Amino acid sequence: MTCQELQTMRDAYLDGELDLARSLEIEKHLRECASCARSHEELRSLQMAMKSDTLRFATPPGLERRVRSAVRGESEAGWSLFRWRWLIPSVSLAVLAIIVSGLFLSRTSTDDLVASEIVAGHVRSLMAPSHLIDVLSEDPHTVKPWFDGKLDFSPPVKDLTQRGFPLYGGRLEYIANRPVAALVYQRRKHFVNVFIWPASTASDTKPTAQVRQGYNLVHWTAAGMTYWIVSDLNLAELQQFAQDLLA
Amino acid sequence: MEDRSKLASFEATILPHLGAAYNFAHWLLRNDSDAQDVVQETYLRAFRFFGGFHGGDSRSWLLTIARNACYTWLQQNRSRELMNPIDDAAEIAATDDANPETLLLQRIDTELLRNALEELPIEFREVMVLREMEGLSYKEIAALTEVPIGTVMSRLARARKRLQQTLAGRLNQEV
Repeated sequence: MTCQELQTMRDAYLDGELDLARSLEIEKHLRECASCARSHEELRSLQMAMKSDTLRFATPPGLERRVRSAVRGESEAGWSLFRWRWLIPSVSLAVLAIIVSGLFLSRTSTDDLVASEIVAGHVRSLMAPSHLIDVLSEDPHTVKPWFDGKLDFSPPVKDLTQRGFPLYGGRLEYIANRPVAALVYQRRKHFVNVFIWPASTASDTKPTAQVRQGYNLVHWTAAGMTYWIVSDLNLAELQQFAQDLLA
Repeated sequence: MEDRSKLASFEATILPHLGAAYNFAHWLLRNDSDAQDVVQETYLRAFRFFGGFHGGDSRSWLLTIARNACYTWLQQNRSRELMNPIDDAAEIAATDDANPETLLLQRIDTELLRNALEELPIEFREVMVLREMEGLSYKEIAALTEVPIGTVMSRLARARKRLQQTLAGRLNQEV
Protein backbone atom coordinates (compact mmCIF):
# COMPACT_ATOMS: atom_id res chain seq x y z
CA MET A 1 0.00 0.00 0.00
CA THR A 2 1.24 3.45 -0.91
CA CYS A 3 0.90 6.59 1.19
CA GLN A 4 -1.56 7.87 -1.40
CA GLU A 5 -3.79 4.81 -1.03
CA LEU A 6 -3.67 5.10 2.71
CA GLN A 7 -4.81 8.71 2.49
CA THR A 8 -8.02 7.71 0.77
CA MET A 9 -8.84 5.15 3.44
CA ARG A 10 -7.50 6.76 6.59
CA ASP A 11 -10.87 8.10 7.79
CA ALA A 12 -12.68 4.83 7.13
CA TYR A 13 -9.93 3.02 9.03
CA LEU A 14 -10.17 5.45 11.91
CA ASP A 15 -13.93 4.97 12.03
CA GLY A 16 -13.65 1.18 12.00
CA GLU A 17 -15.46 0.95 8.68
CA LEU A 18 -12.86 -1.12 6.80
CA ASP A 19 -12.79 -4.88 6.43
CA LEU A 20 -10.14 -6.90 8.21
CA ALA A 21 -7.84 -7.39 5.20
CA ARG A 22 -7.68 -3.68 4.44
CA SER A 23 -7.22 -2.82 8.10
CA LEU A 24 -4.26 -5.19 8.33
CA GLU A 25 -2.67 -3.62 5.26
CA ILE A 26 -3.05 -0.19 6.78
CA GLU A 27 -1.59 -1.27 10.08
CA LYS A 28 1.38 -2.73 8.27
CA HIS A 29 1.94 0.52 6.40
CA LEU A 30 1.61 2.57 9.58
CA ARG A 31 4.34 0.49 11.23
CA GLU A 32 6.67 1.14 8.31
CA CYS A 33 5.96 4.76 7.42
CA ALA A 34 6.69 7.36 10.10
CA SER A 35 5.03 10.19 8.22
CA CYS A 36 1.71 8.36 7.79
CA ALA A 37 1.90 7.11 11.36
CA ARG A 38 2.21 10.64 12.69
CA SER A 39 -0.61 11.89 10.50
CA HIS A 40 -2.78 9.04 11.72
CA GLU A 41 -1.97 9.85 15.35
CA GLU A 42 -3.02 13.44 14.75
CA LEU A 43 -6.28 12.35 13.26
CA ARG A 44 -6.86 10.00 16.15
CA SER A 45 -6.26 12.72 18.72
CA LEU A 46 -8.75 14.93 16.93
CA GLN A 47 -11.22 12.08 17.16
CA MET A 48 -10.57 11.64 20.87
CA ALA A 49 -11.10 15.35 21.40
CA MET A 50 -14.34 15.25 19.41
CA LYS A 51 -15.71 12.55 21.66
CA SER A 52 -15.14 14.67 24.72
CA ASP A 53 -18.33 15.18 26.70
CA THR A 54 -17.59 18.87 27.13
CA LEU A 55 -18.40 19.37 23.42
CA ARG A 56 -21.91 18.07 23.93
CA PHE A 57 -24.61 20.61 24.66
CA ALA A 58 -26.25 19.54 27.87
CA THR A 59 -30.03 19.32 27.79
CA PRO A 60 -31.38 22.45 29.52
CA PRO A 61 -33.35 21.82 32.71
CA GLY A 62 -37.05 22.04 31.98
CA LEU A 63 -36.83 20.90 28.37
CA GLU A 64 -37.94 17.39 29.23
CA ARG A 65 -40.98 18.68 31.09
CA ARG A 66 -41.81 21.03 28.22
CA VAL A 67 -41.56 18.26 25.63
CA ARG A 68 -43.48 15.79 27.77
CA SER A 69 -46.39 18.15 28.32
CA ALA A 70 -46.48 19.14 24.62
CA VAL A 71 -46.71 15.47 23.63
CA ARG A 72 -49.35 14.76 26.28
CA GLY A 73 -51.41 17.70 25.02
CA GLU A 74 -51.15 16.30 21.52
CA SER A 75 -52.16 12.87 22.75
CA GLU A 76 -55.20 14.13 24.67
CA ALA A 77 -56.40 16.16 21.72
CA GLY A 78 -56.45 12.97 19.66
CA TRP A 79 -58.13 11.01 22.49
CA SER A 80 -61.02 13.38 23.12
CA LEU A 81 -61.76 13.65 19.41
CA PHE A 82 -61.79 9.86 19.27
CA ARG A 83 -64.44 9.58 22.03
CA TRP A 84 -66.58 12.39 20.80
CA ARG A 85 -66.81 10.82 17.39
CA TRP A 86 -68.27 7.63 18.75
CA LEU A 87 -70.61 9.31 21.19
CA ILE A 88 -72.73 11.04 18.59
CA PRO A 89 -71.76 9.55 15.27
CA SER A 90 -74.67 10.72 13.17
CA VAL A 91 -74.54 14.34 14.30
CA SER A 92 -70.80 14.56 13.90
CA LEU A 93 -70.99 13.04 10.45
CA ALA A 94 -73.56 15.62 9.39
CA VAL A 95 -71.52 18.46 10.89
CA LEU A 96 -68.42 17.13 9.19
CA ALA A 97 -70.19 17.02 5.86
CA ILE A 98 -71.31 20.61 6.23
CA ILE A 99 -67.83 21.76 7.28
CA VAL A 100 -66.14 19.94 4.44
CA SER A 101 -68.53 21.22 1.79
CA GLY A 102 -68.29 24.72 3.26
CA LEU A 103 -64.50 24.58 3.20
CA PHE A 104 -64.54 23.29 -0.33
CA LEU A 105 -66.94 25.97 -1.54
CA SER A 106 -65.17 28.84 0.18
CA ARG A 107 -61.80 27.56 -0.98
CA THR A 108 -63.01 27.43 -4.56
CA SER A 109 -64.37 30.94 -4.54
CA THR A 110 -61.23 32.28 -2.82
CA ASP A 111 -59.09 30.60 -5.46
CA ASP A 112 -61.27 32.17 -8.10
CA LEU A 113 -60.76 35.63 -6.65
CA VAL A 114 -57.03 35.09 -6.34
CA ALA A 115 -56.83 33.88 -9.95
CA SER A 116 -58.32 37.12 -11.23
CA GLU A 117 -55.88 39.09 -9.05
CA ILE A 118 -53.04 37.02 -10.51
CA VAL A 119 -54.07 37.83 -14.07
CA ALA A 120 -54.48 41.50 -13.17
CA GLY A 121 -51.01 41.51 -11.59
CA HIS A 122 -49.53 39.90 -14.68
CA VAL A 123 -51.21 42.31 -17.11
CA ARG A 124 -50.26 45.33 -14.99
CA SER A 125 -46.63 44.18 -14.83
CA LEU A 126 -46.41 44.13 -18.62
CA MET A 127 -48.07 47.50 -19.23
CA ALA A 128 -44.89 49.43 -18.62
CA PRO A 129 -41.39 47.97 -18.41
CA SER A 130 -40.84 49.74 -15.09
CA HIS A 131 -43.72 47.80 -13.53
CA LEU A 132 -42.26 44.42 -14.33
CA ILE A 133 -39.35 44.27 -11.92
CA ASP A 134 -37.90 46.01 -8.88
CA VAL A 135 -34.70 43.97 -8.90
CA LEU A 136 -33.18 43.09 -12.25
CA SER A 137 -30.90 40.07 -12.07
CA GLU A 138 -30.42 36.62 -13.55
CA ASP A 139 -28.81 35.48 -10.34
CA PRO A 140 -31.04 33.85 -7.68
CA HIS A 141 -28.43 34.84 -5.08
CA THR A 142 -29.15 38.48 -5.86
CA VAL A 143 -32.90 38.22 -6.22
CA LYS A 144 -33.61 36.13 -3.10
CA PRO A 145 -31.81 38.38 -0.59
CA TRP A 146 -33.48 41.40 -2.15
CA PHE A 147 -36.76 40.25 -0.56
CA ASP A 148 -35.20 40.24 2.93
CA GLY A 149 -36.87 42.82 5.11
CA LYS A 150 -39.58 43.43 2.52
CA LEU A 151 -41.52 40.23 3.19
CA ASP A 152 -42.13 38.13 6.29
CA PHE A 153 -41.00 35.02 4.42
CA SER A 154 -38.16 34.06 2.13
CA PRO A 155 -39.37 32.87 -1.27
CA PRO A 156 -37.50 30.00 -2.96
CA VAL A 157 -35.74 31.38 -6.06
CA LYS A 158 -34.56 28.76 -8.54
CA ASP A 159 -32.09 29.07 -11.36
CA LEU A 160 -33.82 27.50 -14.37
CA THR A 161 -31.49 28.85 -17.07
CA GLN A 162 -30.49 25.29 -17.95
CA ARG A 163 -34.16 24.44 -18.48
CA GLY A 164 -34.62 27.32 -20.90
CA PHE A 165 -36.22 29.73 -18.43
CA PRO A 166 -33.63 32.33 -17.41
CA LEU A 167 -34.52 34.43 -14.39
CA TYR A 168 -35.26 38.04 -15.26
CA GLY A 169 -35.86 39.61 -11.87
CA GLY A 170 -38.33 40.05 -9.06
CA ARG A 171 -40.68 42.55 -7.49
CA LEU A 172 -43.19 42.93 -4.68
CA GLU A 173 -46.89 42.41 -5.32
CA TYR A 174 -50.02 42.64 -3.23
CA ILE A 175 -52.28 39.64 -3.74
CA ALA A 176 -54.93 37.99 -1.57
CA ASN A 177 -54.62 40.80 0.99
CA ARG A 178 -50.92 40.35 1.63
CA PRO A 179 -47.54 41.32 0.20
CA VAL A 180 -46.19 38.49 -1.96
CA ALA A 181 -43.06 37.75 -3.95
CA ALA A 182 -43.27 37.98 -7.73
CA LEU A 183 -40.47 36.39 -9.75
CA VAL A 184 -40.17 36.97 -13.45
CA TYR A 185 -38.74 34.34 -15.78
CA GLN A 186 -38.31 34.64 -19.51
CA ARG A 187 -38.96 32.21 -22.35
CA ARG A 188 -38.09 33.65 -25.74
CA LYS A 189 -40.31 36.80 -25.94
CA HIS A 190 -42.67 35.59 -23.23
CA PHE A 191 -42.59 36.58 -19.59
CA VAL A 192 -43.71 34.24 -16.83
CA ASN A 193 -44.80 35.76 -13.55
CA VAL A 194 -44.40 33.50 -10.50
CA PHE A 195 -46.28 34.61 -7.41
CA ILE A 196 -45.25 33.02 -4.11
CA TRP A 197 -46.51 33.40 -0.56
CA PRO A 198 -46.85 31.18 2.52
CA ALA A 199 -49.74 28.74 2.22
CA SER A 200 -52.61 28.87 4.70
CA THR A 201 -52.69 25.08 4.92
CA ALA A 202 -49.79 22.73 5.42
CA SER A 203 -50.90 20.14 2.88
CA ASP A 204 -49.40 20.10 -0.60
CA THR A 205 -51.62 20.26 -3.67
CA LYS A 206 -50.81 19.16 -7.19
CA PRO A 207 -50.47 21.73 -9.99
CA THR A 208 -53.79 22.57 -11.61
CA ALA A 209 -54.09 24.62 -14.77
CA GLN A 210 -56.72 27.06 -15.95
CA VAL A 211 -57.17 29.66 -18.66
CA ARG A 212 -58.31 33.21 -17.99
CA GLN A 213 -58.59 36.04 -20.46
CA GLY A 214 -56.32 34.14 -22.78
CA TYR A 215 -53.60 33.68 -20.15
CA ASN A 216 -52.54 30.29 -18.83
CA LEU A 217 -52.36 29.86 -15.07
CA VAL A 218 -50.95 27.01 -13.01
CA HIS A 219 -51.46 26.85 -9.28
CA TRP A 220 -50.14 24.53 -6.54
CA THR A 221 -48.97 24.34 -2.95
CA ALA A 222 -45.65 22.81 -1.97
CA ALA A 223 -43.41 22.93 1.10
CA GLY A 224 -45.69 25.42 2.82
CA MET A 225 -45.75 27.87 -0.07
CA THR A 226 -48.56 28.76 -2.46
CA TYR A 227 -47.50 29.16 -6.09
CA TRP A 228 -49.34 30.83 -8.95
CA ILE A 229 -47.67 31.10 -12.32
CA VAL A 230 -49.15 33.00 -15.21
CA SER A 231 -48.07 33.70 -18.77
CA ASP A 232 -49.19 33.97 -22.37
CA LEU A 233 -46.83 31.06 -23.02
CA ASN A 234 -48.54 27.87 -24.26
CA LEU A 235 -49.85 25.57 -21.56
CA ALA A 236 -47.52 22.64 -22.33
CA GLU A 237 -44.39 24.73 -21.83
CA LEU A 238 -45.86 26.46 -18.80
CA GLN A 239 -46.62 23.09 -17.20
CA GLN A 240 -43.07 21.98 -17.96
CA PHE A 241 -41.89 25.13 -16.21
CA ALA A 242 -44.10 24.29 -13.23
CA GLN A 243 -42.54 20.81 -13.05
CA ASP A 244 -39.04 22.33 -13.18
CA LEU A 245 -39.92 24.73 -10.37
CA LEU A 246 -41.30 21.87 -8.31
CA ALA A 247 -38.37 19.54 -8.96
CA MET B 1 -57.20 2.73 25.18
CA GLU B 2 -55.07 2.73 22.11
CA ASP B 3 -53.96 6.34 22.55
CA ARG B 4 -52.96 5.80 26.17
CA SER B 5 -50.72 2.87 25.34
CA LYS B 6 -49.31 4.75 22.36
CA LEU B 7 -48.30 7.59 24.68
CA ALA B 8 -46.74 5.23 27.21
CA SER B 9 -44.82 3.38 24.54
CA PHE B 10 -43.69 6.66 22.94
CA GLU B 11 -42.46 8.01 26.24
CA ALA B 12 -40.57 4.82 26.97
CA THR B 13 -38.80 4.49 23.60
CA ILE B 14 -38.41 8.03 22.24
CA LEU B 15 -38.12 10.33 25.25
CA PRO B 16 -34.75 8.84 26.35
CA HIS B 17 -33.18 10.32 23.20
CA LEU B 18 -33.99 13.88 24.22
CA GLY B 19 -30.33 14.62 24.95
CA ALA B 20 -29.18 13.37 21.54
CA ALA B 21 -31.91 15.35 19.76
CA TYR B 22 -31.13 18.54 21.67
CA ASN B 23 -27.36 18.27 21.15
CA PHE B 24 -27.84 17.61 17.43
CA ALA B 25 -30.32 20.49 17.01
CA HIS B 26 -28.04 22.84 18.95
CA TRP B 27 -25.11 21.99 16.68
CA LEU B 28 -27.19 22.51 13.56
CA LEU B 29 -28.87 25.74 14.70
CA ARG B 30 -25.99 27.04 16.86
CA ASN B 31 -28.37 28.51 19.38
CA ASP B 32 -30.02 27.24 22.59
CA SER B 33 -33.53 28.67 22.43
CA ASP B 34 -34.02 27.87 18.73
CA ALA B 35 -32.79 24.34 19.44
CA GLN B 36 -35.32 23.97 22.29
CA ASP B 37 -38.18 25.11 20.05
CA VAL B 38 -37.16 22.77 17.27
CA VAL B 39 -36.76 19.84 19.69
CA GLN B 40 -40.31 20.38 20.92
CA GLU B 41 -41.53 20.45 17.32
CA THR B 42 -39.45 17.31 16.64
CA TYR B 43 -41.20 15.43 19.44
CA LEU B 44 -44.64 16.54 18.30
CA ARG B 45 -43.89 15.34 14.78
CA ALA B 46 -42.38 12.13 16.12
CA PHE B 47 -45.50 11.46 18.17
CA ARG B 48 -47.71 11.97 15.13
CA PHE B 49 -45.56 9.62 13.03
CA PHE B 50 -45.05 7.12 15.84
CA GLY B 51 -47.69 4.80 14.38
CA GLY B 52 -45.37 4.36 11.40
CA PHE B 53 -42.36 3.47 13.51
CA HIS B 54 -41.93 -0.30 13.47
CA GLY B 55 -38.96 -1.04 15.63
CA GLY B 56 -35.46 -0.39 14.32
CA ASP B 57 -33.14 2.15 15.86
CA SER B 58 -35.34 4.67 17.64
CA ARG B 59 -32.49 7.15 18.10
CA SER B 60 -31.70 7.31 14.35
CA TRP B 61 -35.41 7.58 13.69
CA LEU B 62 -35.76 10.54 16.04
CA LEU B 63 -32.57 12.20 14.77
CA THR B 64 -33.89 11.99 11.20
CA ILE B 65 -37.03 13.85 12.27
CA ALA B 66 -34.92 16.35 14.25
CA ARG B 67 -32.72 16.98 11.23
CA ASN B 68 -35.73 17.61 8.98
CA ALA B 69 -37.21 19.96 11.57
CA CYS B 70 -33.89 21.86 11.79
CA TYR B 71 -33.62 22.25 8.02
CA THR B 72 -37.23 23.39 7.76
CA TRP B 73 -36.62 25.89 10.53
CA LEU B 74 -33.45 27.18 8.86
CA GLN B 75 -35.22 27.42 5.53
CA GLN B 76 -37.91 29.57 7.11
CA ASN B 77 -35.79 31.68 9.41
CA ARG B 78 -32.18 31.72 8.25
CA SER B 79 -32.29 30.47 4.68
CA ARG B 80 -29.02 32.26 4.00
CA GLU B 81 -27.23 29.52 5.95
CA LEU B 82 -28.44 26.94 3.43
CA MET B 83 -27.70 28.98 0.35
CA ASN B 84 -24.15 27.83 -0.29
CA PRO B 85 -24.15 24.05 -0.23
CA ILE B 86 -20.72 22.43 -0.26
CA ASP B 87 -19.43 20.83 -3.42
CA ASP B 88 -19.23 17.10 -2.80
CA ALA B 89 -17.30 16.59 -6.02
CA ALA B 90 -14.45 18.78 -4.80
CA GLU B 91 -11.11 17.09 -4.28
CA ILE B 92 -9.82 16.71 -0.78
CA ALA B 93 -7.00 19.19 -0.42
CA ALA B 94 -3.61 17.58 -0.80
CA THR B 95 -1.97 16.88 2.50
CA ASP B 96 1.22 18.52 3.48
CA ASP B 97 2.24 16.12 6.14
CA ALA B 98 5.87 16.75 5.44
CA ASN B 99 5.33 20.16 6.94
CA PRO B 100 6.89 20.08 10.42
CA GLU B 101 4.52 22.60 12.03
CA THR B 102 1.84 20.03 12.74
CA LEU B 103 -0.66 19.96 15.50
CA LEU B 104 0.57 19.07 18.89
CA LEU B 105 -1.92 16.42 19.63
CA GLN B 106 -2.25 16.59 23.32
CA ARG B 107 -2.89 20.30 23.11
CA ILE B 108 -6.24 20.29 21.38
CA ASP B 109 -8.19 22.82 23.32
CA THR B 110 -11.88 21.97 23.58
CA GLU B 111 -13.00 25.57 23.21
CA LEU B 112 -10.92 26.06 20.08
CA LEU B 113 -12.33 22.83 18.72
CA ARG B 114 -15.89 23.90 19.56
CA ASN B 115 -15.41 27.17 17.67
CA ALA B 116 -13.81 25.44 14.70
CA LEU B 117 -16.68 22.96 14.56
CA GLU B 118 -19.29 25.71 14.74
CA GLU B 119 -17.69 27.42 11.77
CA LEU B 120 -17.90 24.34 9.55
CA PRO B 121 -20.56 24.26 6.82
CA ILE B 122 -23.69 22.50 8.04
CA GLU B 123 -23.07 19.41 5.85
CA PHE B 124 -19.74 18.84 7.61
CA ARG B 125 -21.02 19.75 11.05
CA GLU B 126 -23.86 17.24 10.94
CA VAL B 127 -21.75 14.26 9.87
CA MET B 128 -19.15 15.06 12.54
CA VAL B 129 -21.76 15.26 15.30
CA LEU B 130 -23.50 12.07 14.15
CA ARG B 131 -20.24 10.16 13.81
CA GLU B 132 -18.18 11.38 16.76
CA MET B 133 -20.78 12.32 19.35
CA GLU B 134 -23.53 9.84 18.53
CA GLY B 135 -21.25 7.09 17.23
CA LEU B 136 -23.43 6.31 14.22
CA SER B 137 -22.03 4.14 11.41
CA TYR B 138 -21.44 5.44 7.88
CA LYS B 139 -24.50 3.48 6.77
CA GLU B 140 -26.71 5.03 9.43
CA ILE B 141 -25.43 8.53 8.66
CA ALA B 142 -25.98 7.98 4.94
CA ALA B 143 -29.60 6.97 5.54
CA LEU B 144 -30.17 9.85 7.94
CA THR B 145 -28.68 12.57 5.75
CA GLU B 146 -29.89 11.03 2.48
CA VAL B 147 -26.52 10.90 0.74
CA PRO B 148 -24.44 7.91 -0.48
CA ILE B 149 -22.00 6.25 1.94
CA GLY B 150 -19.05 7.47 -0.16
CA THR B 151 -20.23 11.03 0.34
CA VAL B 152 -20.44 10.50 4.10
CA MET B 153 -16.85 9.28 4.07
CA SER B 154 -15.55 12.17 1.99
CA ARG B 155 -17.47 14.73 4.05
CA LEU B 156 -15.96 13.33 7.24
CA ALA B 157 -12.49 13.37 5.74
CA ARG B 158 -12.86 16.95 4.54
CA ALA B 159 -14.42 18.07 7.81
CA ARG B 160 -11.53 16.61 9.80
CA LYS B 161 -9.00 18.15 7.46
CA ARG B 162 -10.61 21.55 7.93
CA LEU B 163 -10.72 21.19 11.69
CA GLN B 164 -7.05 20.25 11.75
CA GLN B 165 -6.15 23.20 9.58
CA THR B 166 -8.15 25.63 11.68
CA LEU B 167 -6.74 24.31 14.93
CA ALA B 168 -3.19 24.34 13.59
CA GLY B 169 -3.69 27.89 12.32
CA ARG B 170 -4.99 29.15 15.65
CA LEU B 171 -2.24 27.45 17.63
CA ASN B 172 0.42 28.95 15.42
CA GLN B 173 -1.11 32.37 15.90
CA GLU B 174 -1.01 32.00 19.62
CA VAL B 175 2.56 30.81 19.88
